[in-house]
Amino acid sequence: MSDETMALFSPRLAARFDALVLKYPLRRSALIPMLLYAQDEIGYLSDAVIADVAQRIGITELEVRNVASYYSMLRFKPAGKYNVQVCTNISCMLRGGYDVYERFQEELGIGHKGVTADGLFSLEEVECIGACCWAPAIQVNYDFHDELTPEHVAGIVAGYRGQAEAEGTVSLA
Amino acid sequence: MLRLVSHPDEVKIVSKRFGLGAANIDRYLELGGYASARKCLAQGPDWIINEMKASNLRGRGGAGFSAGLKWSFVPRNSTRPKYVLVNGDESEPGTCKDHLIFLHDPHAVIEGTIIAGLAIGAKLGFIYLRGEYRYLLEIMEKAVADAYARGFLGTHIFGSNIEFQVITQTGAGAYEVGEESALMESLEGKRGIPRIKPPFPAVVGLYGGPTVINNAETIATVPHVIEMGAEAYAAVGTPRNGGTRLFSISGHVERPGVYELPMGYNLKKMIYDVAGGIRGGRRLKAVVPGGSSTPVLLPEEIENLGMDFDQVGKAGSMLGSGGVVVIDDRTCIVEFALRTISFYQHESCGWCIPCREGTDWLKKSLTRFHAGYGVARDIDNIQYIAENMMGRTFCPLGDAAAMPTLAFVKKFRNEFEDHLNGKPCPFAKHGAPELTVV
Ligand SMILES: Cc1cc2nc3c(=O)[nH]c(=O)nc-3n(C[C@H](O)[C@H](O)[C@H](O)COP(=O)(O)O)c2cc1C
Ligand code: SF4
Ligand code: FES
Repeated sequence: MSDETMALFSPRLAARFDALVLKYPLRRSALIPMLLYAQDEIGYLSDAVIADVAQRIGITELEVRNVASYYSMLRFKPAGKYNVQVCTNISCMLRGGYDVYERFQEELGIGHKGVTADGLFSLEEVECIGACCWAPAIQVNYDFHDELTPEHVAGIVAGYRGQAEAEGTVSLA
Repeated sequence: MLRLVSHPDEVKIVSKRFGLGAANIDRYLELGGYASARKCLAQGPDWIINEMKASNLRGRGGAGFSAGLKWSFVPRNSTRPKYVLVNGDESEPGTCKDHLIFLHDPHAVIEGTIIAGLAIGAKLGFIYLRGEYRYLLEIMEKAVADAYARGFLGTHIFGSNIEFQVITQTGAGAYEVGEESALMESLEGKRGIPRIKPPFPAVVGLYGGPTVINNAETIATVPHVIEMGAEAYAAVGTPRNGGTRLFSISGHVERPGVYELPMGYNLKKMIYDVAGGIRGGRRLKAVVPGGSSTPVLLPEEIENLGMDFDQVGKAGSMLGSGGVVVIDDRTCIVEFALRTISFYQHESCGWCIPCREGTDWLKKSLTRFHAGYGVARDIDNIQYIAENMMGRTFCPLGDAAAMPTLAFVKKFRNEFEDHLNGKPCPFAKHGAPELTVV
């Protein structure tokens, strides 16, 4: 492993990748989890991430891009530190999912796939997230929030903002 | 926290450990866990497959194929390794039951996977969860590690000479990857483009080896079938439809939730009694009985409708994934149809033309229609596009988009007509996509 690679991922993630490529009957089965975990740490699939993952799996960068572009959770540019994903699919729509989505747009001042100027939040309208019986539901990164009304929105945003402040990572940029 | 519900009519088999802390392996054992796997280890593959066939357990992923029959298709002798694959991609809108299984009873999934492995002679099983279910993946990973630590998984499971390993896997956002062959592609690190069939997965599946793929609920049910005995399990349901189902009831009901009810339970009762009736005392307008791809039913069609695969099929729809979406009289069906088709347009993998172009045209037509720019001919045209997709696509996603569209147009033609020639939508706005194309 080169120094450059060492710098790209944390030692913990690098170790995880070393295990992942040996976990499956076929090395390439590690590709999608690796891309997701890399994105969780780096924020998006940068050129460096793609090159590194390609090398670890033993396939071309083009192949990695080809696969990554298929999956809606994988992205090629940064999102906010907190990526707010609002489900507006049928069960959520029937119980006010679009009202929640609109309130997030107002609260954050951004639209679909937008990122706030401080890099703290991004917003996405997403398809069903498997929480239909607790609609309307959203995910902030991997956290679910369910049975929402527009009135919950300000509190959710404030909660994550407070979390970022406590960590001292108000800005990503 | 996802609220658990209950109702006196429930028959809790698969959900009996929900809320009891069974994600903890000691608790799971206390509650009778892993006894079924031990029993199957002693009884052997033929006995397991016979039990499964006799139980009338049909696949909970959507198509309702007999699990025992599917397992019996796997060739006994194969030069290639065989695999068990658990489908936890749960992405059909209106469906959220596997979510609760992974959350509350992860060991039931592992135990069911072991039993499937014993039945077909596989040494390796995969549990695939959609990428959005990260916290559930972590619960599953912990459960798998605990099962290894106890020797329930590994080279000598339960102290026997039989090997069985389990690997957990994550997706990264794609409905189409729930389709069995696309799931295998995804697990092999590729785009989720489905494979041509035949050969079927039971013969040529993951890594080219014979593979049994089942929905997570199907697999989590297996240990209970073994525990109860096939006959007792089958007796809970209706003929050819064994046992219970986790119904995800959502939309305009007073008490939405995941309820475990016997197969064949009356749909009207499910809405009015179990789920508390229509929210705010409104009237029922329509119900989608089995996830967003199943044709909508009218109130008069559910009077005597028992919720099993055969009865719902006879009524012109499908039991599908068991996602019951209830729609009240203030909802615009055109808008609902538009939101439904937007999903399929977004999720089409783009491999074959009738689906890729058909879903796109349907979305465009419905968007224009709902925005008041529709003309009378559009209604027939929507029907024509959908009819031309039916049965002409590479995988069932094309039908999944066309079927509900056809039902919306057929059963609510008057509502489409109410939107004609610039008339504003007569219903409360839910916010489906605005006009971006004319
Ligand atoms: C487009 C599409 C999406 C599907 N999504 C899922 C899914 O999310 N979960 C699932 O279990 N089955 C899904 N299925 C059904 C699977 O292809 C397969 O039939 C099922 O996993 C088999 O398990 P079962 O026999 O236990 O139902 C989907 C099918 C299609 C065509
Ligand atoms: S029907 Fe749709 S999802 Fe299926 S292969 Fe064709 S384009 Fe892909
Ligand atoms: S429709 Fe929103 S979570 Fe399923």
